Amino acid sequence: MRNKLATGTVKEMGTAAFMRRRRAVHGWLLLTPALVMLSTFAFYPSLATLWTSAFSRGTRRNPSEFVGLENYQRLFDDPTFWTVVGNNIFYAAVTIPVSIVIALAMALWANAKIPARSFVRTAYFTPTVLPMIAAGNLWLFFYTPGFGVLDQIGALFGAPSINWLGQPETALWAVCIVTIWKESGFFMIFYLAALQTIPPDLKEAAEIEGASRWTYLRRIVLPLLMPTTLFILVNALINSVKLIDHIFILTKGGPSDASMLILYYIWENAFAFFDAPAAAAMTVMVLAVLGVVAAIQFFVIDRRTHYR
Amino acid sequence: MSAFVGLDAVTRQWNGRGGVANVTLDIPEGDFVAVLGPSGCGKSTLLRLISGLELPQSGSVRIAGRDVTHLPASQRALSMVFQSYALFPHLSVRENVSFGMKVRKVSKPERAEKFAEAVEMLSLQGLEARKPAELSGGQRQRVALARAVVSGHPLCLMDEPLSNLDAKLRHSVRREIKALQRKLGLTVIYVTHDQTEAMSLSDTVVLMREGRVEQADSPATLYAHPASTFAAEFIGDPPMAMIDGDALGQGGVTVGIRPEHIAALQPDADDLTGRVGDVEFLGAHTHVVVDHPATRGLIVSAPGHADWRPGDEIGLRIPEEHRVLFDAGTGRAKENPQKNYGADHRQTAPRDSRKAPQPQPVSD
Repeated sequence: MRNKLATGTVKEMGTAAFMRRRRAVHGWLLLTPALVMLSTFAFYPSLATLWTSAFSRGTRRNPSEFVGLENYQRLFDDPTFWTVVGNNIFYAAVTIPVSIVIALAMALWANAKIPARSFVRTAYFTPTVLPMIAAGNLWLFFYTPGFGVLDQIGALFGAPSINWLGQPETALWAVCIVTIWKESGFFMIFYLAALQTIPPDLKEAAEIEGASRWTYLRRIVLPLLMPTTLFILVNALINSVKLIDHIFILTKGGPSDASMLILYYIWENAFAFFDAPAAAAMTVMVLAVLGVVAAIQFFVIDRRTHYR
Repeated sequence: MSAFVGLDAVTRQWNGRGGVANVTLDIPEGDFVAVLGPSGCGKSTLLRLISGLELPQSGSVRIAGRDVTHLPASQRALSMVFQSYALFPHLSVRENVSFGMKVRKVSKPERAEKFAEAVEMLSLQGLEARKPAELSGGQRQRVALARAVVSGHPLCLMDEPLSNLDAKLRHSVRREIKALQRKLGLTVIYVTHDQTEAMSLSDTVVLMREGRVEQADSPATLYAHPASTFAAEFIGDPPMAMIDGDALGQGGVTVGIRPEHIAALQPDADDLTGRVGDVEFLGAHTHVVVDHPATRGLIVSAPGHADWRPGDEIGLRIPEEHRVLFDAGTGRAKENPQKNYGADHRQTAPRDSRKAPQPQPVSD
């Protein structure tokens, strides 16, 4: 009798363990597709890059060997690297705030009761639909000295011909403007969607309380748009590193590295100079910096943001 | 006594449809006025015209002796409670209530004092730091009321303020609103489609139909002496029954009668003989639905349990003194010299149905 009871308990415990294991297997099975994709296309390349960045460049005579942080040291000693970093910081500092402000202004305008509203919205969104390479070619035509649109308009007012892309002082600005033109329409769509979720009652309530349009915008609309702004900020930051397609068309980083951005420099190192370790070291640094900035954005600004 | 809020031939329509057309209305100070009507009758538009959120195409609006027709909402010295409450979702209760005072640059100590008063009055203690999303429907409603209270404006407009609350809460908030209005001596204009709310809360009910004022009277007058068949059939649950005058030997008129005034008898000892269509037992009384070809909405309200069965023949007495006569053609009430109640659709003349409205005593 006693024996029988004991075996029963053991059996029961066995069932419980089996059930638990089955649940675990089930869980892993559900995770597998994402895990496989992420491992193949994110985790493995990141680790491989980190690994590559710690080895010297292999040639036929000198096979690659472990050099530790030497590749990084070499970059820090390279003045071009610092120019590129400076360029990219400038590029981010100009394109992010300007495109966000323009996007917000366009969204407020396109959300108001204006004639031909859908036409305005479509017009603002068009640059986003255009591939970056096509946009680059379009702007190449605008910037071309002599017969470009900008020069032709300038000529009407007697302005001298300017080679916008050909001189170091203006090349990076010219690249920035294309990016802003391309991005603000995209960001506007997010703002427009967010604005449309704000009930019109709030505006009326504020109006009755005596709030001016500016007060309403500052105290009610902007705080309610904060989650969208945060989202856009993260996107804009990523794009400020990622969006380099137009450089291939417009300047190829020149003249004298004036419009060279970090990703373009990485590409050049990897596929033009075949210096994979240097490219890998830079990639690792970009990843680290972006990670830190994203963390700051999500943990610091997030706490001060109202989500509905 | 001149009107506190006055509308003079105000029209606001969209492509000649909807909205309000040629509305003239006078509201005395301290009155609780309910604007009642079916949906789409223009009652919300009327409120928005008074608030200044909507501007009239013609006519003028006066508030407290000032012509405010072209003034923006903020300069009309009024507060408004919205159906959705329109609380700012990212602000706490304190910030929501104080928002208007901050905008109007009220000093900080005064702001705190007024806020504390409103919190006390609407029992919002302990909720000051919460966001609207963390409040129940009733609490949100009270925050919206607090916002109106701290503004200190003598006129408060309410746009269906109870329609987002459940039935039980609606009852208690209704009483709270009424108490608040008395205490502060507010003039309240209250839009609703719920006649129970309108009748129980207000000093005056403005009944609207298709953009026009059908009748503006005290609830008692509106109930006993509707100005038209529309008013008669809108007010009351069940509403007034309509009987073709010919069936009662009165030519050219429609006779209206409240269900509680109809006496059910055996057939042949009566004014009208019909057939029982349905019987609804409601506890305190029973509704007997009667079919008769010359009537509309004929229901007898008998006290207690009435022993009628569908299909029975039923005799009805329609007492002479409770009959309300309407013109069979126009549907307007006929003058009745014996009962000069002023129940006509008189909108600007002083009502003689009750004494001139006094500001409510502040004692209670």
